[in-house]
Amino acid sequence: MSQTNTPPRLELRGITKRYPAVVANDGVSLVVAPGEIHAVLGENGAGKSTLMKIIYGAVKPDAGEVFFNGEPHLAKNPRESRALGISMVFQHFSLFETLSVAENIWLGLDQSMSLEQVREQIAATASKFGLPLEADRPVHTLSVGERQRVEIMRSLMTHPKLLILDEPTSVLTPQAVEKLFDTLRQLAATGCSILYISHKLDEIRSLCTNCTVLRGGKVTGTVDPRNESNASLSRLMIGAEPPALQHRDATLGDVALSVRDLSLTSEATFGTDLHHVTLDVRGGEIVGIAGVSGNGQQELLAALSGESVRAPRGSVLLFGNDIATKNPQARRAGGLHFIPEERLGRGAVPMHSLAMNGLLTRASDLVKSSFISWVSPSRNAMLARDVISRFNVKAGGSDAAAKSLSGGNLQKYIVGREISVAPKVLIVSQPTWGVDVGAAAQIRGELLKLRDNGCAVLVVSEELDELFELCDRLHVIAKGKLSPSIATREASVELIGEWMSGLWEKVV
Amino acid sequence: MNEFALLLAATLNAGTVLAIAALGLLINEKAGIVNLGAEGIMLCAAIAGFAAVVHTGNDWVGFLAGAGAGALLASIFGVLVIWLNTNQYATGLALSLFGVGFSAFAGVKYVQEKLPERPNFAIPLLSDIPLVGTAIFKQHPIVYFTVLLAVGIVWFLYRTRSGLVLRSVGESPESAHALGYPVRRIRLLAVVVGGALCGVAGAYLSIIYTPLWVEGMVAGKGWIALALTTFATWRPARVLLGAYLFGGVTMLQFALQSRGVEISEQLLSMLPYVATIVVLALISRNPAWIRVNMPASLGRPFYPNA
Amino acid sequence: MDEWVVGEGRVISLEARPAQSNFWSIASPLLALAITVVIGALIFAAMGKDPIRGLGVFFWEPIKSTYALSELAVKATPLILIALGLAVCFRSNVWNIGAEGQYLIGALFGGGVALTADANTGGWIVVAILVAGVIGGMLWAGLVALLRDRFNANEILVSLMLVYVATYLLTYMVYGPWKDPQGFNFPQSKTFEKATQIPRLIDGLRMNIGLIIALASAALLWVFLFRTFRGYQLQVGGIAPAAARYAGFSSRGALWTALLISGGAAGLAGALEVAGPIGQLTPYVPAGYGFAAIIVAFVGRLHPVGIVFAAILMSMFYIGGELAQSRLGMPKSLTGVFQGLLLFALLACDTLVAYRLRVRT
Repeated sequence: MSQTNTPPRLELRGITKRYPAVVANDGVSLVVAPGEIHAVLGENGAGKSTLMKIIYGAVKPDAGEVFFNGEPHLAKNPRESRALGISMVFQHFSLFETLSVAENIWLGLDQSMSLEQVREQIAATASKFGLPLEADRPVHTLSVGERQRVEIMRSLMTHPKLLILDEPTSVLTPQAVEKLFDTLRQLAATGCSILYISHKLDEIRSLCTNCTVLRGGKVTGTVDPRNESNASLSRLMIGAEPPALQHRDATLGDVALSVRDLSLTSEATFGTDLHHVTLDVRGGEIVGIAGVSGNGQQELLAALSGESVRAPRGSVLLFGNDIATKNPQARRAGGLHFIPEERLGRGAVPMHSLAMNGLLTRASDLVKSSFISWVSPSRNAMLARDVISRFNVKAGGSDAAAKSLSGGNLQKYIVGREISVAPKVLIVSQPTWGVDVGAAAQIRGELLKLRDNGCAVLVVSEELDELFELCDRLHVIAKGKLSPSIATREASVELIGEWMSGLWEKVV
Repeated sequence: MNEFALLLAATLNAGTVLAIAALGLLINEKAGIVNLGAEGIMLCAAIAGFAAVVHTGNDWVGFLAGAGAGALLASIFGVLVIWLNTNQYATGLALSLFGVGFSAFAGVKYVQEKLPERPNFAIPLLSDIPLVGTAIFKQHPIVYFTVLLAVGIVWFLYRTRSGLVLRSVGESPESAHALGYPVRRIRLLAVVVGGALCGVAGAYLSIIYTPLWVEGMVAGKGWIALALTTFATWRPARVLLGAYLFGGVTMLQFALQSRGVEISEQLLSMLPYVATIVVLALISRNPAWIRVNMPASLGRPFYPNA
Repeated sequence: MDEWVVGEGRVISLEARPAQSNFWSIASPLLALAITVVIGALIFAAMGKDPIRGLGVFFWEPIKSTYALSELAVKATPLILIALGLAVCFRSNVWNIGAEGQYLIGALFGGGVALTADANTGGWIVVAILVAGVIGGMLWAGLVALLRDRFNANEILVSLMLVYVATYLLTYMVYGPWKDPQGFNFPQSKTFEKATQIPRLIDGLRMNIGLIIALASAALLWVFLFRTFRGYQLQVGGIAPAAARYAGFSSRGALWTALLISGGAAGLAGALEVAGPIGQLTPYVPAGYGFAAIIVAFVGRLHPVGIVFAAILMSMFYIGGELAQSRLGMPKSLTGVFQGLLLFALLACDTLVAYRLRVRT
């Protein structure tokens, strides 16, 4: 390398990391130039997160070398990495709910400053990058977007030379995404390199100037995303183009699930109260609820599933019957089934076998009812085997513990368990969250099939693409209020994005 | 000294044991660790401290021995809970059961021992104030140390960066880890300091308060101290206040007896325990309030690589 | 992953297993026992006693004769019963650590019924005594459930505080209302009538039908836990509360069921004890069975079969401690040391169920 060339900001050579069950990274190499916005693209489980943790010093690679500004990078922990100028914004925020913004930022900085100086710095950085923040507000009072601003502010105040962002837009409205991109471009212009981890093709094409694609822990290509199409990137990422879904016209049935002016205070410590939520779902349609997480989705879903029975009488109706105070078993008996977003620990008991997990929601088919309700291991196993084969679940048989399955396969099992009773109403939260592309396509296909057969389906998701692909009508939830619905074919991403900030009231 | 002054003095004395232990447990819990082994630690520290004073004749060596025993036992607990991720409740319970057995085993030789009479620790001038003076200013130095300790803990937790780090670990160990703080070492340190303070409390019990060694002499004070952190909604000043209140309840039975109240001694002895249950129920009645004040990760294991 | 460098470039690390090890879930208690035995031998050696003889007192003497075995059964009976109940609690994530108190109230209620007997009372009184014991235990545990359910009060602290209250209640009764008038002012009740004596299994041995009840309870518990829907619901609530809520299993129901079962079992054990081996109420009824049973429950893996074996082991510690005192002049409290050590060792060894040790160079 000649003297005049500046060394790359970051260079990885042959990084390999093995875990007991999987090789997360297999000979990964990549180069990031100073001031470059470099995407790392790959679907769930492709090894992106492991790679970032290695760069950030949180995980040690089994083989390979990392160079930072041309020097071997030997940071043993995130603290040392930060000292070198590497900073990271996490997918799941690393904030402390009860502490103030300033305290949160202070904890992410290294010793030298006093809390007072941190407050001044926050004000200075805020005006420089257009990131308004109140230093003394406790974090639990902030919206998700504001929290991300705290994370980014924390990174900026360490004056990073390399900023790593892990799926930063999954929690943002489309408008907030644009604002974030402005900030990142501004930052890159000052010479800071940015590693941008995502599986969203459009975003990468509009933001990044270079892109390394991972599949199964290996690099499948390094390309300039501005010259690529979604199809070509997707071929690199999953080896094929995403399967297209068939969306047929179905006959609309009667109102199956109906929510009438539901207002409810949250039980969670920092939860969101629901205000006058009204909603109808008919047989033969899929209704979607979009929104940034933390806007009342959990509270609404709990009131619909029966996990919470505090809803006022008459506010939740199933085929005209008041179920607001009925428990989940009674609701299932009436034909309403629910698939929660957490699979391990809520949708399934991690330590229990798939056979035993059938008892969670299918007891009415599995338990011999008499004075004592007997459990029959053979019947449990039969149901599990049936779901495994019908829904193509990869598992070590009906005795496999739920936690031994991959995210996608466990979701297929749970979806299969609920779908195979032929529910009249199905409520699904984040149907494909953290699931690989193949399984996601299969699950979406199953939901459409269910709708075609006359089931009323309600999908709550943060993924707009998914909602636009699946739903006939869309609502948006913001600050515990639900927007009116709009037919999907009349909606646009921009409109839904505006509604996600609670702005539908002006229009309607 | 009149009766009131005596009662006040005795209350401070009894409250001191609870206060030191509860402040130690508060430090544990602020870092997210519940140590149900407090009772066992206090017992082992009580015999360690007592034995040390018997052999050396020096109270301070006794306190040091108590603190050391507490720190040692707490560090075993800490390694199991923090590094091997054993269940906090079960491990603390194991420590308590072990402590009961071990202290009895180690203390057999000391059951008949008596400690020498000591001069009292009057603070000049102040102790001459009538009534209150004799009660408040003629106590063992540890009694005053306890108040300073509470002030120090308030300052540490809410005025220093290290205190903020400790609280953040208890709030969300995952986030603290992501920021690069050595969560497990911080938790261990908190556990060891908490254990040492429980040790001092146990030693105070056998060296100053009783001063005797009797099998099982802690008699549930470790558990009451655990309850105190909840009563106080994890605030040091309220811990101190609660401890003195409970010290008062303990003393009430003696006061009632000396006044010739016709209640059996056994029924009066239940008082502190019944009071603990009643106060616990009253304070906990509002789950939301407890949740807001409780360190969010309390009792949960932390897996740095999950 | 945790790593410890042990010199010469070797590194020991803990690696999560993909699935729990079945081998280690059985081997871990055995390894824990081995560790306890080794430490025990060291204690004997340190106190200048022959370790072989010392260990013999604990592990051979209690099983070497029919009489010894009968005594072992007498001790194991309450431990099995209480630990079975605690297993239900712990599996439901209800931390009842006050079984000692429930045991005492069971003894007090059973004893109260026994004191009503006179020379003409029939054998049916035994049934009444046992039923009273169960009711007493349930009442005391029900108090814990009530305070948890209605007032959100921590069941660990409440159940433990109630042990002290129960102890003072017992001493109050034997110092006061129930003191034997002909007892030379000793704090104890009169000796129960013969009719109240729990039927013995073999003449001349103290072992009684309590043992049969305990073993039958173990079988019943197995059926309850692994073959009934109610048992399944309790356990889901214990290991995955969110899943239980999702399924619609009542957590309040689980709390009450678990506490009433364990309170009832402990109360039954208490009644069996006072109407069996003890035969009267004295301040010495509390023998720590309620606490030892916590160890039994954990060492027995919260499994009915494991609990029976663990209870036998723990009884050996009890008898061994008494023998160590009389034969070797060692403090009886050695029992408690061994019990605590065993639980500690078990918790540490249990790491191997979920993790494996790797040595790399």
